[in-house]
Amino acid sequence: MRCEAVADDLAGVADGSAILDQRERRHVEQCLRCQADLVHHRRILRAMRAMRTEVLEPSPGLLPEVLALIEHAGERQAIRVLLSGRRVAYIGGLAAAATAAGAGALVLASRHRRAS
Amino acid sequence: MGSEPVEPDATEALVERARSGDRTAFEALVRATYADTYTLAIRLTGDEEDARDVVQETYLRAYRGLKRFRGDAQFSTWLYRITANCANTHLGRRARHRHDELTDETPLVDERPGIDPQHRAENEALRNRLRVAIDELPPKLRAVVVLRDVYDLPHEAIAEELGISETAAKVRLHRARRRLREVLYPDHVSPVDGAGEGGVVSAM
Repeated sequence: MRCEAVADDLAGVADGSAILDQRERRHVEQCLRCQADLVHHRRILRAMRAMRTEVLEPSPGLLPEVLALIEHAGERQAIRVLLSGRRVAYIGGLAAAATAAGAGALVLASRHRRAS
Repeated sequence: MGSEPVEPDATEALVERARSGDRTAFEALVRATYADTYTLAIRLTGDEEDARDVVQETYLRAYRGLKRFRGDAQFSTWLYRITANCANTHLGRRARHRHDELTDETPLVDERPGIDPQHRAENEALRNRLRVAIDELPPKLRAVVVLRDVYDLPHEAIAEELGISETAAKVRLHRARRRLREVLYPDHVSPVDGAGEGGVVSAM
């Protein structure tokens, strides 16, 4: 077996997402190059995971900018809700008026029919 | 000005209040998480200006989409996914890529007591080189390896936020890892190395 047959899997072995079959495992156990490769992948992975706890400091202006943006978005949202509420009331009013007009027309029509 | 850390329970309570429309609760969440979000954004974009834009876009989307957050994942994970998506969109919009120098203020040394100084120095050197190597990756490879190996996001989530298939995400991860290994340990190059992506051996 050649190194390149397992090289692709070694990073996966380092993070536990890949498993070598028996032949591949035997090769790695006997091959210093592949063992070194695996050690390197493990070191890199450890260093990558350690980076997770690092926090880079943004410049002081970023937080106020984000908060201002949220405030603005919140206000816009509130206005939209208010307007859509009014729109609902307006449409409701129109519907009520139309219903009343329809009912009135029916009453008039029935009176007209009775009179004739 | 750093983030103001809050306990997980407190975060949940803040999320709940923010979901019901409490803007001050959302602002508290922003204060607690913005430095982490910025850190991820700068790792994904490799540029301070881009990272600032991504952070703003991220919180705007989070604010608008908070009602859709069901709490099955941690709030921070949800925010990482939005950040990844915003960075992807942002980088797609701006077809340029700048490299900034790493700041000296960033703490890179493992300060835990009991760690052998030489070991600590080696770790520090590796992490410094790693950060540079990550920054040098093409944005598509960088995004996948940062989200998977640094932030531990599942392949499925990475694929979804970057708008690629899970297979593509795995292939990119594999390439990124190979490149990092080649850059960080150039003395050890196996016969398969150098294939695909232009080959790091020739790039060095």
